[in-house]
Amino acid sequence: MNFDYSDDQKFLKDEARKFLGAHCGSDRVRAVLDDPAKAYDADLWKAVGAQGWLGAAIPEEFGGLGLGHIELCAIAEELGRACAPIPFASTVYFVAEALMLYGSDAQKVRWLPRIAAGEVIGAFATSEGAGPVTARSIRTTVSGGKLTGEKIPVTDGDVADLIVVLARDGLYLVEKSAGVTAEVLETLDPTRSAARLTFNGVPCEKLGSDDGIAAMQAVFDRAAVLLAFEQLGGADRCLDMAKGYALDRYAFGRQIGGYQAIKHKLADMYVKNELARSNAYYGAWALNVGAAELPLAAATARVAASDAYWFASKENIQTHGGMGFTWESDCHLYYRRSRQLALVAGSPAAWRERLVGQLEMRNAA
Amino acid sequence: MDFKDSDAEATYRAAARAWLDANIAEYDAGHYPDDMAKAKAWQARKAACGYACITWPQEWGGGGGTPIESVIFGQEEAKHAVDGSYFTIGLGMCVPTVMAYADDATKHRFVGPAVRGDEIWSQLFSEPAGGSDVAAIRTRAVRDGDDWVINGQKVWTSGAHYSDYGIVLVRTNPDVPKHQGLTMFWLDLNAPGIEIRPIHQMSGGSSFNEVWFEDVRISDAQRLGPVDGGWKVALFTLMNERLAIGTSGGVGPEDILAFAAQANGADGPLLKDAAFRQTLADWWVQSEGLRNTRMRTITALSKGQVPGPESSIGKIVAANQLQAIGNTAVEAGDQYGIISDPALTPLKGAFHAATMWAPGLRIAGGTDEILKNIIAERVLGLPGEIRVDKDQAFRDLPVGA
Repeated sequence: MNFDYSDDQKFLKDEARKFLGAHCGSDRVRAVLDDPAKAYDADLWKAVGAQGWLGAAIPEEFGGLGLGHIELCAIAEELGRACAPIPFASTVYFVAEALMLYGSDAQKVRWLPRIAAGEVIGAFATSEGAGPVTARSIRTTVSGGKLTGEKIPVTDGDVADLIVVLARDGLYLVEKSAGVTAEVLETLDPTRSAARLTFNGVPCEKLGSDDGIAAMQAVFDRAAVLLAFEQLGGADRCLDMAKGYALDRYAFGRQIGGYQAIKHKLADMYVKNELARSNAYYGAWALNVGAAELPLAAATARVAASDAYWFASKENIQTHGGMGFTWESDCHLYYRRSRQLALVAGSPAAWRERLVGQLEMRNAA
Repeated sequence: MDFKDSDAEATYRAAARAWLDANIAEYDAGHYPDDMAKAKAWQARKAACGYACITWPQEWGGGGGTPIESVIFGQEEAKHAVDGSYFTIGLGMCVPTVMAYADDATKHRFVGPAVRGDEIWSQLFSEPAGGSDVAAIRTRAVRDGDDWVINGQKVWTSGAHYSDYGIVLVRTNPDVPKHQGLTMFWLDLNAPGIEIRPIHQMSGGSSFNEVWFEDVRISDAQRLGPVDGGWKVALFTLMNERLAIGTSGGVGPEDILAFAAQANGADGPLLKDAAFRQTLADWWVQSEGLRNTRMRTITALSKGQVPGPESSIGKIVAANQLQAIGNTAVEAGDQYGIISDPALTPLKGAFHAATMWAPGLRIAGGTDEILKNIIAERVLGLPGEIRVDKDQAFRDLPVGA
């Protein structure tokens, strides 16, 4: 039984935390938050690329480090903890994973080395409006090798070079330079950019099979595990912030962390975070070995992590009192990010539904 | 990450499995006057082969093994219908305390019989005036030559009615602050002056007792630790409590999933109800979270490390979930849900039983609130509670009901 990071993975994670501590303080997150023209932190993106993190799970033959997904999970946890304002998830968890799952050799050879090198930013474009993405909600079509439709919102769609687009008959690769127009959107989390993308008969290339919804869901299952680690990192950071403030802040003559209303709130955070961590580990195992349980494990990890991050980020603000409601407090950076991460691969409600659907399928088998 | 045994663990597991396969059938075929006799026979069989108290030294009748071996044997044993619950409190809490604080003669007299299941032990700490605040207990022991004379009342004593011996925490000095005037003893539960009365629980059953002491005379040789130094001894005992209480049994997400596939909802089976599905997913996430947390604990044991504090979350989550699942199935019956007759209810009344048992589980072995205090203070490092009674003599403390 080895249900923990290995020593090497712990070392990688510690190094990642140190690196992000030096290169991704909250001032860097705020620089993106406060500047509408800034979609992401380009310097951090370069630095992260130089660390090799973008290719952590990409095989060496395609220019990656070939470490594996547990290592990527360790990095994700630290990126989440630092609230990193870079298009890492879009590029690595969605687009690189989609290419590794469904790409032809030619597609992999063409794109994966450039992703690993930090030369290409990716985006995964599925949603076309409010509500869950289903076979009925997709209007984007491909005809004669040209893709037509509108996707909203597309995380990092404004800065992406390579877009994986869900059309009625499958996933497609589209290069931004082929004539895609992007309109930047105002979102709850300005530290992660998002856009409306319009495709007016742009050239495209099929990625995988004709069952687009199934392909999207398979990519979501993989991304869900990796996102769960970002969420977990953020949730643990919120608990640390709340704990620190509860020890520093005095009211009615004593530390507010001495009051049971605060102690129990933080204990509740701890319980949710530990459940999320344990479930995220199981998801990481399933992802790394390609277990048949991945869809159920991914749903379990994602629901737990979304719940933990939401709770920790909102109760962190509450613990900080009025100070927590100010723009200069960092609390809202995590509150915002918890919303972005909870929705980017489908809502918690949709994942709960998927989880129970998986249980039904398991029982029917 | 993987779930594989190390080579040594796999060897141990194979041996344990082989031993269980070789012994279970013969054991099951035996004739026993009652459940306890059957449980004792199994315990004795395990002890003879080093499978009882696996982590204890062999010189005391244990297996001389490691924590991970104990976990592995437990996993394999759980695949068979054997009942070790009679021994949980004694071997988990009481006898370790005796081993830590008694003299060699006492240890030689008691440890072996307890390991073999010949003698069963109870823990007598809680009182009507001291539940969460155990140090507030009032049962008095007064010195009389080489003896002590005990008067008072204990409560919520699990298994006292079938136990042979117990460890008891009593007040020996009321003139000092409450933690400083307590002393621990072991005693024979058949001693004159002890009366054991079962408590009729709200769930209908009687698994706990009140234990009354009227001029119960015990020798000073039965003392565990120094006079007035019992609080430290009690903390040693309680350190093991949550490990002993741990798993709750009862209904879980799999049970209500199976139930909901059959049960009538407003429009088709309950399992098709969107709100129910959302809640079911949350229960699944919780119980998987606990299962996976146990794997993290086992991983630490496997590496020879002390498990992290994450194992402290188990009872809070499990007890509250038990209450929620039980009640959701009850309410799913609409008007019919009020019926608790096992002959007329799903799963022979298991959901109804869980609804009535869960309130006790949320209190036993540390209430939800005390456990949250413990997480906040010991795991997160937040300040302890204000203790207005800290510097007052016990006899001057205000008392309520």
